[in-house]
Amino acid sequence: MSETQQPSKAVLLDIYRIATLIKRADDRFIELIKAGQIASPYYSPRGQELIPAAISVNLKASDYVVTTYRGIHDQLAKGIPLKPFVAELLGRATGTCKGKGGPMHVTHVASGLPVTTGIVGAGLPIANGLAWASQLKGTDQVTVVNFGDGASNIGAFHEALNLAAVWKLPVLFVCQNNGYAEHTKYEYGTGAATIADRAIGYGIPGVEVDGNDAVAMWQAASAAVARARAGEGPTLLEANTFRFRGHLMGDDSHYIAKDEMAAAIAADPLPRFRAWLIAQGHASDGQLSDIEATNAAAFEEAVEYALASPYPDVSELAKDVVAEGAQA
Amino acid sequence: MSTAAKKMNSAQAINLALHDAMALDESVVVLGEDIADREGGGVFKCTAGLSTKFGTGRVKSTPIAEQAIVGAAVGGALAGLRPVAEIMLMNFTTVAMDQIVNHAAKLRFMTGGQTHVPLVIRTTTGAGFGTGGQHADYLEAWFAHTAGLKVVAPATPADAYGLMLSCIFDDDPCIFIENLPLYFVPGEAPEPGVRVPIGKARIVQEGSDITLISYSKTLHDVIGVAKELAKEGIAAEVIDLRTISPLDMDTILASARKTGRVVVAHEAQVDFGVGAEISARLHKELFGQLKAPVARVGAARSPVPFSKPLEAAFVPTRERILAAIRETLN
Ligand SMILES: Cc1ncc(C[n+]2csc(CCOP(=O)(O)OP(=O)(O)O)c2C)c(N)n1
Ligand SMILES: [Mg+2]
Repeated sequence: MSETQQPSKAVLLDIYRIATLIKRADDRFIELIKAGQIASPYYSPRGQELIPAAISVNLKASDYVVTTYRGIHDQLAKGIPLKPFVAELLGRATGTCKGKGGPMHVTHVASGLPVTTGIVGAGLPIANGLAWASQLKGTDQVTVVNFGDGASNIGAFHEALNLAAVWKLPVLFVCQNNGYAEHTKYEYGTGAATIADRAIGYGIPGVEVDGNDAVAMWQAASAAVARARAGEGPTLLEANTFRFRGHLMGDDSHYIAKDEMAAAIAADPLPRFRAWLIAQGHASDGQLSDIEATNAAAFEEAVEYALASPYPDVSELAKDVVAEGAQA
Repeated sequence: MSTAAKKMNSAQAINLALHDAMALDESVVVLGEDIADREGGGVFKCTAGLSTKFGTGRVKSTPIAEQAIVGAAVGGALAGLRPVAEIMLMNFTTVAMDQIVNHAAKLRFMTGGQTHVPLVIRTTTGAGFGTGGQHADYLEAWFAHTAGLKVVAPATPADAYGLMLSCIFDDDPCIFIENLPLYFVPGEAPEPGVRVPIGKARIVQEGSDITLISYSKTLHDVIGVAKELAKEGIAAEVIDLRTISPLDMDTILASARKTGRVVVAHEAQVDFGVGAEISARLHKELFGQLKAPVARVGAARSPVPFSKPLEAAFVPTRERILAAIRETLN
């Protein structure tokens, strides 16, 4: 239906802005970790930027996005403010979670980011609850829940898809299929030929899309968002992609064949999208460079802010465990 | 043949125990996420080499599906296998709680003894790496609270080896708790084939002034504190529980009778924890004989925090252990 719809030039440039902001953030976080400024496992989304960038331009501020430990791309795409975002990764008191959550659990309720889980598959059932509340309140909010290919093998995935189907919930189940779950290659851990196929068992649409193609990704997302907003129920979206920087920082990707990795890097979606934008006449090289420079400057300002921010006071340990004034 | 001079770390000791058990008994099988050599032999390498040596029939990498992992271990155990299931981190056991608590723990009893479930669930945990709220909890009290489960938490490579063998060849389900930082700490190598009995604590050092009880990583902090105390002329008796359930009350009581003062330290939360159980049993047996109430030291009453200074204050630091000891001594 909306397959024929094309994103406007403004939308395409916004997708580019978001995707390159994500890449900038990822590059800088890796530098900060190497410099000892962040002491935590870090799960890079490098290679997967276009997926949330192309989804998010279809979302409203009030829509929910649920994500995982590999989630900075989803958070940035949803519009998390940069300063408290970076401060959270650095464990500072000015972080979105006062430094209590950290890189694996960045949330910002005001940006529509209520849950970031480190437990594989756990986000899907929770997304149903968010969507149920929207349904009851009669808002037209949509909930997007992101997870990996490996997560489609855990019980929570299957229970959640079925429940969302039966309750006709406004949820986008977005499987960012990067071909690997930790060190396990897709076919060694997953029985289904595609993740999208699994939707059949729950009676909901399952859509496979090239997550590294901004236009295709935008088209699939806008159709699924429209369906959810119209009250027609959930969609399982399988966005095929690749992760360039291992499962987590320090992982040398020894379990990925060299030619597979080389081919993926050669097809890096960001330079490809950049060249396409120019070739199609959507933007000049200079305009895109300006976007990149603006991103870099804004991000650097956030890094400086975070580095100058204090760590939380130790008294914070006893706070937020239960409601203020109650006994934990 | 003595190997006393040889050193190895706990990851190597666990690996060796798995190799030895698999070589000894072909009913021993191993399963878990990324554990086979094709996936790197386990994220902490504890299972490295097993699939190459014993084949991928007995050593299986699994999808991310903890419920399916423990369920397969339960079923395999019922049918005569001795499965060792790896749950990568202790927090992920929560996903498999039904299989562990409602099935592994109870089937012997519920079938009136017709069946039993000889499986081991290996899992690891521990704060200090900035992994935040869902990757570093110590949940041993949950398991110890469940009748039918045995719970062990070794602190040295030799105990890890010896307890692993005992757990694998025990006829009931055992929760085997490893610790992330301890994987890489070298210690005395185990004697090949020597099993450490389940339910038997180890007196690390003798002393007459106070009894310090601990296990897993915190034991090493307690030993450090005991060394400091020795400089002041205070002789602490340090007990490494090694097994949490069943508790070695004989060793604990003998020591408490001698010293009259007991401090229990563990990384798990204090409230409703292992320290509470030990304290209750001591107060029942030695009411009126103890010179001070049993003291407990553990993690703060909060989820594991990410931010470095919070994480450092969350765990039972040597300062906090020492403060509890001083209070107990006065
Ligand atoms: C319940 C649970 N089991 C295991 C893990 C450890 N773990 C963290 S990420 C991961 C792989 C997830 O793969 P996938 O779903 O494909 O997402 P990706 O990391 O590729 O984005 C595993 C096994 C976990 N966090 N939670
Ligand atoms: Mg994956």
